[in-house]
Amino acid sequence: MKKKSFIEGFAAVPHVVWMFLFVLLPLVFVVYFTFTGADGKFSFDNITNLSRYLHIFLLSICFALIATTLCLLIGYPLAYFMSRMKPKTQKILVVLLMLPMWISLLIRTYSLMAILDNGGLFNTLLESIGITRVHIVGTPGAVILGMVYDFLPYMVLPIYTSLSKLDNRYYEAASDLGCNGAKSLFRVAIPLSLPGVVSGITMVFVPSISTFYISQKLGGGLFDLIGDTIEREFQNKSTYNIGAAISLVMMVLIIISVAVMNRFSEGDENERGIIV
Amino acid sequence: MDKDTIVISLENVSKSFDGEKVLENLSLSIHDKEFITLLGPSGCGKTTTLRIIGGFETPDEGDVYFSGERINELPPYKRNVNTVFQRYALFPHLNVFENIAFGLRVAKYKEARIVKNVERMIELVNLRGFEKRKIDTLSGGQQQRVAIARALVNNPRVLLLDEPLAALDLKLRKDMQKELKNIQRETGITFIYVTHDQEEALSMSDTIVVMANGKIQQIGTPTDIYNEPENAFVADFIGESNILDGVMLEDRKVKFSGQTFECVDAGFGEKEPVDVVVRPEDVDIVPMEKAQLRGHVTSVVFKGVHWEIIVDIDGFKWMIQTTDYCAPDSDIGIYIEPDAIHIMKKSEFSDMFGDYSSYSEEFEELSVAQPEDEEEEEPSDNAEARQ
Repeated sequence: MKKKSFIEGFAAVPHVVWMFLFVLLPLVFVVYFTFTGADGKFSFDNITNLSRYLHIFLLSICFALIATTLCLLIGYPLAYFMSRMKPKTQKILVVLLMLPMWISLLIRTYSLMAILDNGGLFNTLLESIGITRVHIVGTPGAVILGMVYDFLPYMVLPIYTSLSKLDNRYYEAASDLGCNGAKSLFRVAIPLSLPGVVSGITMVFVPSISTFYISQKLGGGLFDLIGDTIEREFQNKSTYNIGAAISLVMMVLIIISVAVMNRFSEGDENERGIIV
Repeated sequence: MDKDTIVISLENVSKSFDGEKVLENLSLSIHDKEFITLLGPSGCGKTTTLRIIGGFETPDEGDVYFSGERINELPPYKRNVNTVFQRYALFPHLNVFENIAFGLRVAKYKEARIVKNVERMIELVNLRGFEKRKIDTLSGGQQQRVAIARALVNNPRVLLLDEPLAALDLKLRKDMQKELKNIQRETGITFIYVTHDQEEALSMSDTIVVMANGKIQQIGTPTDIYNEPENAFVADFIGESNILDGVMLEDRKVKFSGQTFECVDAGFGEKEPVDVVVRPEDVDIVPMEKAQLRGHVTSVVFKGVHWEIIVDIDGFKWMIQTTDYCAPDSDIGIYIEPDAIHIMKKSEFSDMFGDYSSYSEEFEELSVAQPEDEEEEEPSDNAEARQ
């Protein structure tokens, strides 16, 4: 018994080292920089000065919420219909959904920008059928579109997973008890796939709120989101500490929202959604 | 609404899955207030028949009528029928009360009426005090009661039960059989019950429909089915039977095992080959000089109420149930009363059943205990222990 636990402990060493080096240590650095000034002395200034960035926080939260809601509205029906297809069709659809995720997010976003640009494919197409060009890149819509496009699979997959695990007999029982398709959806499918919905929301909301590339490319540099701000502050040696402070606050915000989300699926302890 | 009214009738129904015929030209009438059981081994088509009545499958050919109305394409939620599913299919996100109330909520009943009806059902199935419990904290027997209540509360004209007791242990199963029968009597609802357990069928049903290979083999009361099996399959599936090849010499005279016996059946052709059924409990052990047949005892098993002995008579192994002990390896004589001999026409099942030469207790147990069905199983095994 003792020997086994020794081996087990030994096997865990690389993981512990990894976690220490790449998770714990950076966190310590973030906390350290947050509470020190540019001169290296302890101070609360970084935190207290954060009110300057309040509008950036609000804008980011706002964008992320809209993108998450849109992903949910598009993603749930998609996941639902996928789960009701024949197994073979389901497999093909899952592959199609995953396919864009095999391409780097940066490339995807950049190509979206190229397509939507004033001289891009989309506008050329519009013009060729006699419609005037639409200015898209540089609008809030373009940023949100980019987030939805990039993160939609993260919404669909967990929901699809919980729906496809749902036994068909629940649908049969609902139908037996008087539910037509829509009533089965609202009374059985949605409540039983809630864990998937919760992890889907988390998996879309978290990257949406912290993204910087999407807003830079599709927002035409007009929208400063948290991610952009952190990137900028970290690139400048003198504002390193501000960047750390913003990161820390955002991390706390995300932890709070994830904790709140997980409350929703409290009941299903065995099937709680994936926590990002 | 008397017993002669036909509620549901199937006419020449056929159904195939992936080119395999599951039901073949099946016709069946179900009367009002009847407890009718579809009985047969795995894959005989009984569950498919039930699912066609429930609306979960549509027949490839033939028609389904409900109170004289054709309902082939009517979806389940428009049928005045409710189902107790094989592994209950209770909703895990709802508690006991809400599971039972489900159908009433969908039908948009007033809250007061929902509470009243659900409470009445909870009373009926003895679940008082469990209203707020989560489904996965209930034992198999309790879940089973919830499933029955959830279906019955909608006051259906017909209740479909798909092997509802298969997941319960023997003692609980016996209790629930009685309880189900009582509920059926009290509510006056027509029960269509699917099982592969012949004892269950015999003790609960008004009418038994014995099925095999997608076809009905026999329809009748439990006593009819037991005493007058139509063919070798029915005789073998219901209870134990010795089934022998025989020849009908004339009315009320049959020859088998090299002997001529008096019997009570008539109406067969002269010299017609037949199947002869003798139930193990109908064979008398007599002194050698009075014996019609003589044989050698090959095995003796004590069963509590009786001994079960296997006797080799001219190479055919008989099963005999007797209260008189016979030593293994002894020779005995047997006598069969004329009314204990039942004659059947030859059928596709002749020669497939009836000899106990390959008989083994364990094999029997295994083949009966086999839970049937295509679905995966994961009944709540240790819910009982968790309480």
